[in-house]
Amino acid sequence: MADVITYREAVAEGIAREMRRDASVVCLGEDIGAAGGVFKTTAGLHEEFGPERVWDTPISEQAIVGAAMGAAMTGMRPVAEIMFSDFLACCWDYLANEIPKVRYMTGGQVTVPLVVRTANGGGLGFGAQHSQATENWALTVPGLKIAAPSTPADVVGMMAAAIRSDDPVVFFEHKGLLASKGAPPPPDHVVALGRAAVVREGADVTLVALASMVPVALTAAERLAEEGIGTEVVDLRSLVPLDTATVLASLGRTSRLVVVEENPYQGGWGATLVSVVADEGFGLLDAPVRRVAGECVPLPFADALEEQVIPTVDKVVAAVRSLAAY
Amino acid sequence: MDTAELLALYEQMALIRRTEKAAHDLFLQGLVKGTTHLAAGHEAIAVGAGAALRDDDYVFATYRGHHHALARGATPEECLAELMQRATGLCRAKGGSMHLTKAAVNMLGSYAIVGAHLPMAVGAAWSARLRGTGQLAVAFFGDGATNIGAFHEALNLAAVWKLPVLFVCENNLYMEYTPIADVTAVPRPAADRASAYGIPGEAVDGNDVVLVQEAVARLARRARAGDGPAVLEAETYRHFGHSRTDPAAYRPAEEVERWLKHDPLDLARGRLVEAGVPEERLTEADERARDVVQQAVDAAKNAPAPDPREAFTDVWADGGAAWRT
Ligand SMILES: Cc1ncc(C[n+]2csc(CCOP(=O)(O)OP(=O)(O)O)c2C)c(N)n1
Repeated sequence: MADVITYREAVAEGIAREMRRDASVVCLGEDIGAAGGVFKTTAGLHEEFGPERVWDTPISEQAIVGAAMGAAMTGMRPVAEIMFSDFLACCWDYLANEIPKVRYMTGGQVTVPLVVRTANGGGLGFGAQHSQATENWALTVPGLKIAAPSTPADVVGMMAAAIRSDDPVVFFEHKGLLASKGAPPPPDHVVALGRAAVVREGADVTLVALASMVPVALTAAERLAEEGIGTEVVDLRSLVPLDTATVLASLGRTSRLVVVEENPYQGGWGATLVSVVADEGFGLLDAPVRRVAGECVPLPFADALEEQVIPTVDKVVAAVRSLAAY
Repeated sequence: MDTAELLALYEQMALIRRTEKAAHDLFLQGLVKGTTHLAAGHEAIAVGAGAALRDDDYVFATYRGHHHALARGATPEECLAELMQRATGLCRAKGGSMHLTKAAVNMLGSYAIVGAHLPMAVGAAWSARLRGTGQLAVAFFGDGATNIGAFHEALNLAAVWKLPVLFVCENNLYMEYTPIADVTAVPRPAADRASAYGIPGEAVDGNDVVLVQEAVARLARRARAGDGPAVLEAETYRHFGHSRTDPAAYRPAEEVERWLKHDPLDLARGRLVEAGVPEERLTEADERARDVVQQAVDAAKNAPAPDPREAFTDVWADGGAAWRT
């Protein structure tokens, strides 16, 4: 394997590894077969595994996710692609009412081991209906696991964990990261869901980020280091299960918290995280907590406008600086 | 169908009718909570289809699904205990009337969002094909579901993938309170749409258990042979209102009378008598059904409420509900 791999390649690599290992893993979605996916995140799968394991579907989001559910209930491990995460709204019934509840309401009789993969988030200038960060939609529903990796190695490792999970997982692949490169993962690389990573150590402020906000946080941390502010960066990696222990442990070292989320402030996952901190880690804090989040407007098209709305390095730097001085 | 088989189907229908009557009575006594959507009048569809299916075929139903759970092997006791919120209920009292499910016999659930389960049945049929098991999946649904997007997405996907799935519409002429004919562009809401997806769409008298059995057996054979899905529209009538709070006053008296005279149990009885089965054999079958249901009611009444800790089990496959590590 090459000495770097792109995030985009990592998606296909992660799925391929599981398909080689387990014959019950099958893929379905729009344009995922010979075309390799609109983001080329399934490139090579159709060639290697053929049309009996990689299925092109019509534009039928309800049928895609509903059929994945039926297949998962009957012995398969389907990996369904919903092209853009905005389109999860077209099959929201399955994510809100069917998939996450069937195990509970049947008294544990039925298990739904499936993965719904989707391209999430802004940064590519696709406008308000193709750019949303929607991971917080899924967070409102008990019964869904939520993965949102930030590096190619994590994509592969978390894909393995997601596909092997006996529970349903919504897997958010960030559009803004698809071209990013990283170290290739070793064979059999598995990253358990619910394990955050401390990706940079620092003594002054804890910065918690997810997916595309992780590189933003790391860039901000580098700039802050030049000013003598030590920033610890935690990559949350998954929202359910949520690794609050790693966040609280980091706060034990820094006593200051900034959360960076791309989704709108209103109802964002950061609100849940900081409420846990307020509840269980209040004594660890020497300053208020800050959330740097998307603004509560639809995502605009122009770069100059988008910058106003989603978190940027400058906004993160300003938030951390204000806390460091508190 | 031979007489012995028809007699067995009659007894199964009698058991379902008795169970529905018990559910109704227990509701009036305050022992069944929430709501119920009784299927009295629809028995021949569940029982006739069941007789045409293999034991390992998959069945998906709606919130009006008592008859499907019972026809596929759930006991009256498990079902009534579920309705009465008892620990011994089919879903350990976490599902209720609208979600009766018995996975052990591949009755894979009753779903309360209209039309949602049709794509699931497509997925189960896809999975059967991938695993090469020869199993079939059947989705039972109401006429109202035919105007939901999931119905159309499911039919198209099943057709293009040529999957072994049957879509069986229980057309009881009404959605909740609105006649389906008032809000649907074609006379047969399910069967007339099938041609748009290039698959057969047939109609059958859904109150005649023999005709239902024959139609499902025929369509199942073709699906298993790899010829793809089909739609069967079974015309029927519900004896009660839509749900517990509905006295069904919107239905014309002559219509109700006509359909009550076309009762699935009476029809099967008539066929049996014509075939020379003595009346007392039918009376015995009725009595057995009555006794089983009476015992089920007594057992359910005596069963305990669920352990409150059950509220926190079974969100995840590990049995628990933790959202943090
Ligand atoms: C998506 C959705 N919309 C509305 C409802 C409310 N609702 C419950 S049952 C019902 C009528 C359904 O009629 P039909 O499909 O003919 O089935 P039947 O009750 O006659 O068996 C409606 C509108 C629902 N449960 N789900």
